[in-house]
Amino acid sequence: MADISMREAYGRALAELGAVNSRVVALDVDTSMSTLSHYFAQRFPERFFNIGIAEPGMVDVAAGLALCGQVPFINGFAALLALRALEQIRTCVCYARTNVKIAASYAGVSDFKDGATHYAITDLANLRALPGMTVIVPADAAEAAAWVPLVADYDGPVYLRLSRAGALPIHPAGSFLQVGKGRILRTGSDLTLVATGAMVGRCVLAAEQLSAQGIQARLVEIHTLKPLDSELLLEAAEETGALVTAEEHNIIGGLGSAVAEVLAEGCPVPLERIGIRDRFCPTGRDLDTLMDTCGLSVDAVVSAAKRVLERK
Amino acid sequence: MKTMTPEKIAELEEIARQLRVDSLTLIHQRGAGHPGGALSAAEIMAALYFHVLRIDPTNPAWEQRDRFILSKGHASAVLYSALTRRGFFPFSELDHWGELDCPHQGHPERLKTPGVEMTSGILGHGVALGAGLALAARLNKLTYQTYVMLGDGECQAGIVWEGAVTSAKYRLANLTVIVDNNDVQLDGFVHDVMPMEPLAGKWSACGWHVIEVNGHLVRQIVEALELAQEMHDGPTVILAHTTKGKGVSFMENQSYWHGNVPNKEQLLQALAELGEVANG
Repeated sequence: MADISMREAYGRALAELGAVNSRVVALDVDTSMSTLSHYFAQRFPERFFNIGIAEPGMVDVAAGLALCGQVPFINGFAALLALRALEQIRTCVCYARTNVKIAASYAGVSDFKDGATHYAITDLANLRALPGMTVIVPADAAEAAAWVPLVADYDGPVYLRLSRAGALPIHPAGSFLQVGKGRILRTGSDLTLVATGAMVGRCVLAAEQLSAQGIQARLVEIHTLKPLDSELLLEAAEETGALVTAEEHNIIGGLGSAVAEVLAEGCPVPLERIGIRDRFCPTGRDLDTLMDTCGLSVDAVVSAAKRVLERK
Repeated sequence: MKTMTPEKIAELEEIARQLRVDSLTLIHQRGAGHPGGALSAAEIMAALYFHVLRIDPTNPAWEQRDRFILSKGHASAVLYSALTRRGFFPFSELDHWGELDCPHQGHPERLKTPGVEMTSGILGHGVALGAGLALAARLNKLTYQTYVMLGDGECQAGIVWEGAVTSAKYRLANLTVIVDNNDVQLDGFVHDVMPMEPLAGKWSACGWHVIEVNGHLVRQIVEALELAQEMHDGPTVILAHTTKGKGVSFMENQSYWHGNVPNKEQLLQALAELGEVANG
């Protein structure tokens, strides 16, 4: 799936899921041609509901559907779902524990042409803080597709964070996924890179650069930010003694914060965090350059790795 | 339509009176709650829970049951009173309302109280939730009706209208909204805080059938609820004109009694006005 975007992979997977699970319904907010929930809409028009530009209303309609046993996937832009509809998600999905699946597209800065209004750089912080929410961030298109049936089968609310774009392909189709279980993608004992989403691919490249310079970095993918795989992180801290986190998200409240919480309580080793440094990012001509500009470059990861090693 | 005999009307009126007595007693015992909007909704709740709703207290999860969402969740006292009198749980449980180990929360919570269809408390959710329940009935070929009660102040929340246009788009004839239209909210009169009139025109413009009734006359309420079921091409809203604090002279039309608690003396006066013989 190297050649397709995460949203394309998701959209196709959702339509496939609809064919095997009649309980699945999809909702969108006038963005079905963007989120690509329209693949589902075309095949199952009786199970697709376009609510118009009304994210809060969509969340509540989905909660109502879930009360009667439907499995609603709600589709929209992450920035709006995580902010404008956050109260609805808290009250009617998390607190009421309705089985709503939130497919949050255009996450991070992946909508690079539209700018800061459309970027979602606080959604992981927003959603992670809600009791009862499970937060999942695929690293590439194949993984995004693989999560769709797993998320449907999972009992309870899920926030599935999707990029508009592609991401460096990491995973062969069919690789093992389990909610709450991080994955070691590369072994190493000098330090550990902990990455989520599109930064996983960039950390693969960073680890290769480091290796060429004689530094062996372990690479851990955290696809489930909540519940967090604390065991795997503490093991990495004990065995490698230094960590670098990397995420396409504000430096406050996301993966870096979550890892810092675990380390501070369980194994306080040096930690460096790669993320957006608490600012609104500009529009760009292409995503790769924009991400570099936002402090998410491969070089930034490499530099952070060297800094953290000096602190060991 | 079911025939409303004079005896049935008298029975529902008596239940409404009991719901008022129970609500005020519970709020007093707990030292917290919202009396005004519980009193204004008493006849509507009596009509729903003791005449209209197809529900089975011995089987709260019955798939075919009618769904009721109290969107104005702060009126939890009248909902709990109706549920316990209908047999969903023993009244004695409410003696502990407000204590940490009491299953029944300040505002309704579906996972803790049998018969509570949906968690509520933050205003505005009911219509869109109801739309989801009504769509689910259609998908699953179930014949249940979905009822939602809103406050008129609640109609100030924008999400109410997101739910309203969605319900109209999908022609959800199996959804009925009742607005407890008492013109009083926390800070004062609705017509001062943020005027919503013409409320009937707003709902009508959104594609809803509108029925207006006196919300303290059980015959009118029941007839409107039954008429709503005869509407097969779209959702219906019943604007039930009510008096906040109805039945207690010093509470009527007073925004103070939206969320304040009667002391012992006030409770006894209120119960006396409601025809309840005080027993100490």
